[in-house]
Amino acid sequence: MSALLDIDGLDLRLDGGTRLLRGVSLRVEAGRIVGLVGESGAGKTMVSRCVLGIAPANARVAGGAIRFDGRDITHVPEDERRHLLGRDIGFIPQNPMTALNPVARIEPQVTDVLRMHLGLTREAARARALELLAEVHLREPQRVLRQYPHELSGGMRQRVLIAAAFACRPRLVIADEPTTALDVTVQKQILRLIRELQARFGTAILFVTHDFGVVAKLCDSVAVMHGGRVLETAPTASLLTQPRHPYTRALLAATPRFDRPAETLQPIPAALTRELADEVRELDAALP
Amino acid sequence: MKRLAREPRVVFGAVVLLALVVAAAAAPWLAPHDPLEQDLLNAFQAPAWKGGDPTHLLGTDSLGRDILSRLVYGARPALVVAFVAALCAGLLGTALGLAAGYFGGRADAAISRLVDVWMSFPSVLLCIVLAAVLGAGLHTVIIAIIVIDWTRFCRVVRAETLVQKGQDYVASALAIGLAPARIVAAEILPNVAPLLLTLFTLEMGIAIVVEAILSFVGLSVASGAPTWGGLIQEGRLYVNQAWWLMALPMACIIIAVLGLNALGDGLRSVLDPVRTR
Amino acid sequence: MSGSYLLKRLLWALPTLAGVAVVVFVLVRVVPGDPIAMMLPPGATAEDVGRLRALYGLDAPIAQQFAAWAGQVLRGDFGVSISLRDRVAALILGRLPATLELVLAAVAAACVLATVLAVAAVRFRGRWPELVVDSAAGLTLAIPDFLWGLLFILVLGVLLPWFPISGRIDPTLDFDPATGFHLVEALLRLRWDAVASLVWHMVLPALALALPLAAALTRVLKGSLVDAMNQDYAVLARTKGYSRTRTLWRVALRNALIPTVTLTGVQFSFLVGGTVLVEHIFSYPGIGNLAIAAVIQRDLPLIQGLILTFALLFILTNLAVDLAYGALNPRVKQA
Repeated sequence: MSALLDIDGLDLRLDGGTRLLRGVSLRVEAGRIVGLVGESGAGKTMVSRCVLGIAPANARVAGGAIRFDGRDITHVPEDERRHLLGRDIGFIPQNPMTALNPVARIEPQVTDVLRMHLGLTREAARARALELLAEVHLREPQRVLRQYPHELSGGMRQRVLIAAAFACRPRLVIADEPTTALDVTVQKQILRLIRELQARFGTAILFVTHDFGVVAKLCDSVAVMHGGRVLETAPTASLLTQPRHPYTRALLAATPRFDRPAETLQPIPAALTRELADEVRELDAALP
Repeated sequence: MKRLAREPRVVFGAVVLLALVVAAAAAPWLAPHDPLEQDLLNAFQAPAWKGGDPTHLLGTDSLGRDILSRLVYGARPALVVAFVAALCAGLLGTALGLAAGYFGGRADAAISRLVDVWMSFPSVLLCIVLAAVLGAGLHTVIIAIIVIDWTRFCRVVRAETLVQKGQDYVASALAIGLAPARIVAAEILPNVAPLLLTLFTLEMGIAIVVEAILSFVGLSVASGAPTWGGLIQEGRLYVNQAWWLMALPMACIIIAVLGLNALGDGLRSVLDPVRTR
Repeated sequence: MSGSYLLKRLLWALPTLAGVAVVVFVLVRVVPGDPIAMMLPPGATAEDVGRLRALYGLDAPIAQQFAAWAGQVLRGDFGVSISLRDRVAALILGRLPATLELVLAAVAAACVLATVLAVAAVRFRGRWPELVVDSAAGLTLAIPDFLWGLLFILVLGVLLPWFPISGRIDPTLDFDPATGFHLVEALLRLRWDAVASLVWHMVLPALALALPLAAALTRVLKGSLVDAMNQDYAVLARTKGYSRTRTLWRVALRNALIPTVTLTGVQFSFLVGGTVLVEHIFSYPGIGNLAIAAVIQRDLPLIQGLILTFALLFILTNLAVDLAYGALNPRVKQA
């Protein structure tokens, strides 16, 4: 069976020739949650941006393919990709504080996808938006629809954004570190909410994060990225218990866990980082 | 100097400025006719390129006066106003800007506040009041420009002085006990000089336009004496019969202003490469 | 943006107006040059001058003159124009509508022009439309606005005689308006021939007024739009399936308008000042044209009345800009 999202050997380069992604392969099966883990700069956000067609203007996909539901969408023109985005592929951004349009009320920011992709009337879209806000457990959805983003807390805004991402019942949702910018207590609620919606609608999720704790709770399988490469992909349970790649082991050792004291945290060894950098250099040298 | 000569904007601007100075200084020798000499029989002669009499290269106006001569003489009030007004506005603005930037505190607060209020006051109103008060004449034009535009110099010089004051060399001058006035004269002024030169050049362009505007509406030198603005005003009356009467002085102003702006921008980029946008 | 805020702003304007009135009144009176002498034919005796001075109240001490004038002004009486021998208030009110119509047309033209150009430049970033818009804005700002009006006359009025270059309406037209707002009235009375003639006469002066404002607006708006398009909310809109164009119009524009209004607010009041020259250039019968005539005639009562009128217009423009800012920014609206 082919995966819902199938990224195959994706190469992304800046116009100057610098490589951002080096043959990234990743599969997200329908209805599954795949974690994409790595330190900052590993290229995990770049992968999600490529799928969404919002890669930096000076970057080009130099090789490989992105297939969604069996269809190659690597180089489709913006006008065609548009019909997938928001309808079949939803996106939950990292920072809810800046991702909502500050001068617009909440209502159009939830209903826009409904009206654009499903052709709902203003009234129908509003009724639907009320249901959606209730689904993400926002109290007084009537009131929230009339409010401006600055009147809502960070957690409330992230709920609004999640409601919008799930509004058209997409088959895939890409979540780019959706809890990083939030308070710890709110983080948990948001994760629970994503899990709940995913279970109810059978949505596939590509969950970009640097937090193994989140991965352990949420994901079916995990891909570990470093230096624009995927180093290891495995089901979550086996990756956490028997990591194969030394970098994965190092990363796990550097992750705080409730079941072991903080003193046992290990920084990622410098020798390993050097080794990985050398590998990347060799890889790049082998290519034109 | 070499860098100046290689900057095309500076070269263009310098040529325009030089032409302006030569025209103003040598007007009696350059102009083929007396600019005030009327010849009603030969009014509205077409310029030579439109088949007119070659003795009047650019034709004649409604009273038969030679256009070329009037344009050449028109450079005089333009240049006088540009130079005197820009210089005085520059001196006033620089003095206040230096004082504000150097002394800071209350002096700075007072001067900055004054500049803010001044700049929020529409210049057109200021001009109308001044013209109503002083009556028409070249002095009105000059005073109006000084009164309106000293703020340009003041703001820039103040900001620059604040920057320079923070530099080490001023601190060391203070440390060896130099008096404030000496520090300003010896240390700060030379460093803001390139900026002032740029501003001065740009201000000359502005002044030429203001002079043209005021002579256009009849508030500059008495009518009869040729000014570019006055020529435009006369040309405006006959624009349907002889459009070049208005077009020629306009061309003079546009070239002069573009030249001075180019000179100012060019100087800025050569003398102060960091600030170039 | 509540009613009490509006009221407060208007009350604040009063001392400003009073200040302007005092300064102008004093300035105009302490200087040499006698407007009365200019009114009389040569050969008038000193007695004649004295009698006329007394008639216009110019022989009393300044403080007394001001008190008398201020008292009249508060009752809506601005005195009698020396040169036109008519009531100042009537003269100004008769001309003001023409200026207001012109200013509003120019502001509308500038805003529409700037919005379309800035959006087009950002939509086609790095391609020819951006280059065209940038150079057009640069050229517009490089040539002083005064010359634009004259260039329009020359090119669009004379060399290509497409538009009329003076007046407000075709004088042969049989249109007898009851108010000064000719355009509004013609529209309401469905006099399409008059509407056409009025609009036709307004095109060049309105454009000459609008052009510098439009260029400045375009530049600032373009920069703000580029910023807004890089914001998270604009990127999010793209991931929801908005096209670039839709993101610009629906999401970025309103955000970009906020800094644009802040940075260009003062330019709108410059436009009011610009009417003085533009009306003169196009022989357009508004208060700007009247002001130049008044200054040349040194018509003191008229000048004072006009300056107060202009000051009021400036204040109202600033107020309108503030209101627009508040309407655009929801964070101000609720404060």
